[in-house]
Amino acid sequence: MNEATPAGLLIDRVSKDLGGRTIVSNMQLEVHAGELTCLLGPSGCGKTTTLRMIGGFLQPDAGAILIDGGDVSRLPPEKRPTAMVFQNYALWPHMTVFKNVSFGLRLRKLPKKEIRERVENVLELVGLTHHIHSYPARISGGEQQRVALARALVLEPKVLLLDEPLSNLDAKLRVRVREDIREIQQRIGITTVFVTHDQDEALSISDRIAVMSDGKVEQYADPRTLYREPATHFVASFVGAMNFYAGSLHGDTFELAGGARVPVDSLDAHGRGAYEIGVRPEDVSVSTNGGGGAEAVVVREIQRGHYKELVLKVGEDEMRAFVAPELAADGGLRVRFTRAVLYRDGLLQQSEQPVAVS
Amino acid sequence: MSAVESQGVALGGLEQAELPVARTARRRRPTARSLTLRIVGTVFVLALLVFMVGPIVWLAVRAFSGLWQYPQFLPSDWTLQWWRTVFDDKTLGHSMRLSFEFAPIVTVASAAICLPAAYAFSRFNFPGRRVLLVSLFATNAFPKIGLYISMAGVFYSLNLMGTFLGVVIVQLIGTIVFMTWIPTAAFSAIPRSLEEAARDVGAGPLRVFFRVTFPLAAPGIFVAMILSFLAAFDEAQGTFLVGIPNYITMPTEMYTLVLNYPEQAAAVFSILLAIPSVVLMSLARKHVMGGKLAEGFQIR
Repeated sequence: MNEATPAGLLIDRVSKDLGGRTIVSNMQLEVHAGELTCLLGPSGCGKTTTLRMIGGFLQPDAGAILIDGGDVSRLPPEKRPTAMVFQNYALWPHMTVFKNVSFGLRLRKLPKKEIRERVENVLELVGLTHHIHSYPARISGGEQQRVALARALVLEPKVLLLDEPLSNLDAKLRVRVREDIREIQQRIGITTVFVTHDQDEALSISDRIAVMSDGKVEQYADPRTLYREPATHFVASFVGAMNFYAGSLHGDTFELAGGARVPVDSLDAHGRGAYEIGVRPEDVSVSTNGGGGAEAVVVREIQRGHYKELVLKVGEDEMRAFVAPELAADGGLRVRFTRAVLYRDGLLQQSEQPVAVS
Repeated sequence: MSAVESQGVALGGLEQAELPVARTARRRRPTARSLTLRIVGTVFVLALLVFMVGPIVWLAVRAFSGLWQYPQFLPSDWTLQWWRTVFDDKTLGHSMRLSFEFAPIVTVASAAICLPAAYAFSRFNFPGRRVLLVSLFATNAFPKIGLYISMAGVFYSLNLMGTFLGVVIVQLIGTIVFMTWIPTAAFSAIPRSLEEAARDVGAGPLRVFFRVTFPLAAPGIFVAMILSFLAAFDEAQGTFLVGIPNYITMPTEMYTLVLNYPEQAAAVFSILLAIPSVVLMSLARKHVMGGKLAEGFQIR
């Protein structure tokens, strides 16, 4: 732990078994004050269980959860300085928006005037003042989502918890609401934990992302590092698209197991011998006018709008490449890797700096 | 969108251009079928009406009739005499008062016992949960009189025969299924996250129940209470067995009436007995029709 920046939230060696299965095992995670951290992973990886332990709906079997240095592990949800936005929003259908948002304040027996002011302020923040007297059933899904957010924020919690808050919205709205959430989070500077299985969502709004698999944190890093230097094979394949090949490195040429030899322009690691190589589709450089590189044949072309995806056959191996949409891919092609990462036993091989797994 | 629309227009145009003969033929066939259906349906509904409303109409006519001899379609004499007889009779008035005492007490007692059980059935998964839930139907599965007679045996040894408490208990038995199953379904229909969200903003477990869970389950509980009230109100066999001679409620009084009074007095009494059911059912109609009742009897 860093003394200079006290952790907003610390998950300290937490484990949890449910129904005879280990859901979270010895998890260690530090969420800095004021940052938005995403817990990203496939379903069943333990991300929601972790969130529910932070919120107090589950008790950790081992380890502790600390908020601003204080242990909250044994407190019930109503005593914790956390506020949660549930996946299905969990708005109370028999209360108006005002009553939903003010419920927590009314429990705290605040003066009527103050309650009114705080509710109006927070509804203004999420842009829903005009629906203050509507019932949840009368407003749209996106609006319900924002009411749930307002209900959490009005209590000024130390930690805001969001459990896949966008999964019930349609694709367009999801992008807009996630930007709204990020904007509001940054404006009030609240420590936030956001659970999602959507890597696109995680990459676009997080300060840091914890990629989880089988109850463990595989990598905890900022979005750029996570994308450029995925610490494990799992992270590399879960976050973004990645071409993987077994083979061996000879200087600046990688020999695929299928036999093709592809030149590599930039590698973080140097060495010789057997590796697994990971190449992002945008790092596969395709040239139409000869030059160096392995020979490739186009199997399929997929139009993606602002770019084009090519499925290539290089020797025996299939390869995906993102290229400019105007590239005429009919003649003989040559491919090279502009950037690649190397793995051995599923772990990233790096020479410059140690792998940043916390 | 516009492409789809114009396609639709084009198709419509094609259809209109078709031969008129083909179109009328196609239209007539379903009409003939629906006419037969309508006739069968009407006959069925009428038959149902005769069977369901018929007895009530007969009862109503009977209650106001003086002389009514066999071949005549309607009574030759109309009178309010039987109503006077019923209202003047002290024992009958007393039994009415008793009925209106027992039914609410039984309903409230049943709610106090069954609602916590319903909450437990819905929220906790304990061993034997399903067996217990289904076994609540046992009281309805056997002929009631057999159950009541064995209960009477126990009641004798506990000195409960002929007591107020004894009658309450015997009536309560008949309400348990309604009071447990329907509220269980009502509680189960409330997503747990609604309760968790209330905990999250600072409400303790009790407050969560009274501010979130109970208001949301209220329509189901309301239906259960009305059905329980009616079950207690209409209960005759057990009340008769346990209550006589001290506690004769309206339905038990019917036995005496049918034997000792002219038919017309019994008709008046039946109508009086039906009033609470009709009033309460129409009050609860919205919720009963809304599927709360049906929901209550789905085994989960």
